[in-house]
Amino acid sequence: MNASPRILRPLPWRSSVARQVHGPSALGDDLRRFWSLTFTLARTEFKLRFYGSVLGYVWTLVRPLLLFGVLWIFFTKIGHVNKGHTPGEKYYGAQLLGSIILFTFFVEATTGSVRSVVDRENLVRKIRFPRLVIPLSVVLLALFNLGLNLIVVAIFSIGAGVRPMLSWLELPLIVGALIVFATGVAMLLSALFVHFRDIQPIWEVIAQIVFYASPVIISIQTVLAKLHGAWLHLYMFNPLAVIFQQFRHAMITHATPAAEAVIGSWSSLLGALAIIIALFVVGFAVFSRAAARIAENL
Amino acid sequence: MNATIQRPDETLAAPELATPAAVTIDSVSKTFRLPHQQYSTLKERALHPLRSTSYDELHAVKDISLEIATGEFFGIVGRNGSGKSTLLKCIAGIYSVDFGRISIAGRLSPFIELGVGFNMDLTARDNVIINAIMLGLSRREAQARFDAVIAFAELEEFIDLKLKNYSSGMLVRLAFATAIQVDAEILLIDEVLAVGDAAFQQKCYEQFFRLKREGRTIVFVSHDMFSVERFCHRAMLMERGSVLKLGDPRDVARAYHKLNFGQLPHNAPPVADRPGDETVIADAWFENAAGERVTAVSQQEGLTICFEVRFAESLSNPLFAATLRTELGHTILVARSDQNGEASGIFRAGDSAIVRFEVPNWLTASRYVLTPSVAREGTGADAIALVEDMTSVMVHGNASGGILELPLQTTIDRL
Repeated sequence: MNASPRILRPLPWRSSVARQVHGPSALGDDLRRFWSLTFTLARTEFKLRFYGSVLGYVWTLVRPLLLFGVLWIFFTKIGHVNKGHTPGEKYYGAQLLGSIILFTFFVEATTGSVRSVVDRENLVRKIRFPRLVIPLSVVLLALFNLGLNLIVVAIFSIGAGVRPMLSWLELPLIVGALIVFATGVAMLLSALFVHFRDIQPIWEVIAQIVFYASPVIISIQTVLAKLHGAWLHLYMFNPLAVIFQQFRHAMITHATPAAEAVIGSWSSLLGALAIIIALFVVGFAVFSRAAARIAENL
Repeated sequence: MNATIQRPDETLAAPELATPAAVTIDSVSKTFRLPHQQYSTLKERALHPLRSTSYDELHAVKDISLEIATGEFFGIVGRNGSGKSTLLKCIAGIYSVDFGRISIAGRLSPFIELGVGFNMDLTARDNVIINAIMLGLSRREAQARFDAVIAFAELEEFIDLKLKNYSSGMLVRLAFATAIQVDAEILLIDEVLAVGDAAFQQKCYEQFFRLKREGRTIVFVSHDMFSVERFCHRAMLMERGSVLKLGDPRDVARAYHKLNFGQLPHNAPPVADRPGDETVIADAWFENAAGERVTAVSQQEGLTICFEVRFAESLSNPLFAATLRTELGHTILVARSDQNGEASGIFRAGDSAIVRFEVPNWLTASRYVLTPSVAREGTGADAIALVEDMTSVMVHGNASGGILELPLQTTIDRL
């Protein structure tokens, strides 16, 4: 009797045909493995956060909720930035929370992926797998959190009096645009960080600026009251401004205008769309170029 | 005593060259650029856009051509920094090559080291599944093999324990068990066998013999000449990115030892040359049949265990002994000077003596560690001087799996 357990099945290896070995690439040649790896990495991280501490998921929610609480109290009870400009004032809380949750996703996905490839050094140097899996798993992890957080937004909004609308069907489109945008930035940043280690602080500063340059605290009416013409167009070139505003319009209240109505035409939204696509293409190109040599440049 | 061993050949014959090559390496070179400044910053780039970064070039692999046949167990040995791991990573597709090309026929296991990606905060169950997916299985395949992995690792009681609570031995068992489940046709393995306890090591060896029998192609990087000699059909010695020797694993192992230790075989610390107040074992070494000091000998060549004693007191009929152990601590031999009933004589303070035990070398290929000792007349319990693991010797040759390669005469009578 054979003492060692026979745990492998016999292989039809004789039929194999020789093929050339190429260096590592961004996407690899097996999309199923690509997805399976991305999902596994994201799931593992998610699980670690969930079970890592007693309160698990609660902590990932505390930060955006705390920020929301502070901003809400300050800007509705003390600061009154939007007073007088906000139709649907009673939904200000829901609008603020929605924007914060979307912004949290964007920041998690992008700042999280900056260091991701370098932090997974041991994998990169020892296993052949499509390199793009790493930043994408960070985006996917942020997406898991977004999914859970959106439930909180839904509960809060319904509590605040928001009623179901047909335009809720736009949600996949809005979130989809946000994912594409975040992914493009994530690919770009993680590839650049391999060479330029000051990307991290630089990006943190930019993320702060973007936070204030997007309709998060501020209502679009306040923006419309201050900015006109070219400045308004510039403001709406920011993909996050378009995405957040459309979210508020479609998901919370029609009292605030749709993104295209802010400027007055669909064509002006093409700028934001072009930025999303351009960043995605550039990000992918930069990452692909770096992918082959990431293992040796770490 | 008959010096030639005749025994059935347990190892399979090397695959014939006619079988298609599993791995073809065609004049491959790999150069690393080592920038003088490890990381640049974007700020610097912006301030000095035209300054080119200076770098050194490290030629890790220089123009290597090689064919590894399907079903071959191929060893790559070499000192640290000789380029062997780089070559392995090129075959695995982790590094892209600068020149030349590499082709493989068959599915390649993408792992280089055991337990890559293990997360200490997760349970063994989660880690096995994740690791198997990293190694190329689908989630369903990984789950189907989970029980086999745990059974092989003998960790049934600990599957829901977090890895941070595992001992290093348990970790390695888990990692090896997972890796062996990936049914690739070509396996690339970097330094794995020097792990685990003796029983588990034996189990790993069995797996290697099984893989060999099943005709899988294995490329194996190691510092452990014992394993290389034991498993490999062929081996290659690399030095500074080039092939120094390619061929029979025994020759390669000898060349490796020569490269490492030179001709001078000595690793015992010399004792200061002064009249001490204690009897000491000043030196210990091995000699081959020709009476030369060696650190490695071939099987059947004859082996002499030697040590030098300096006496600080007068002793009559002291007992000299030498214990030979394997690296795992199994005692193979205890040689005693009173074995033949002879008295050793009288030694005075200040005398020196060299003790030699000559033994026929039937040891299996491995490293052996010597513990010499001197004791007062009697049973040997009253030791005066004893130096644990003072020096060691490497035996090259057959390794059939036992601890000894006793001469044997095989007869098959057809009835």
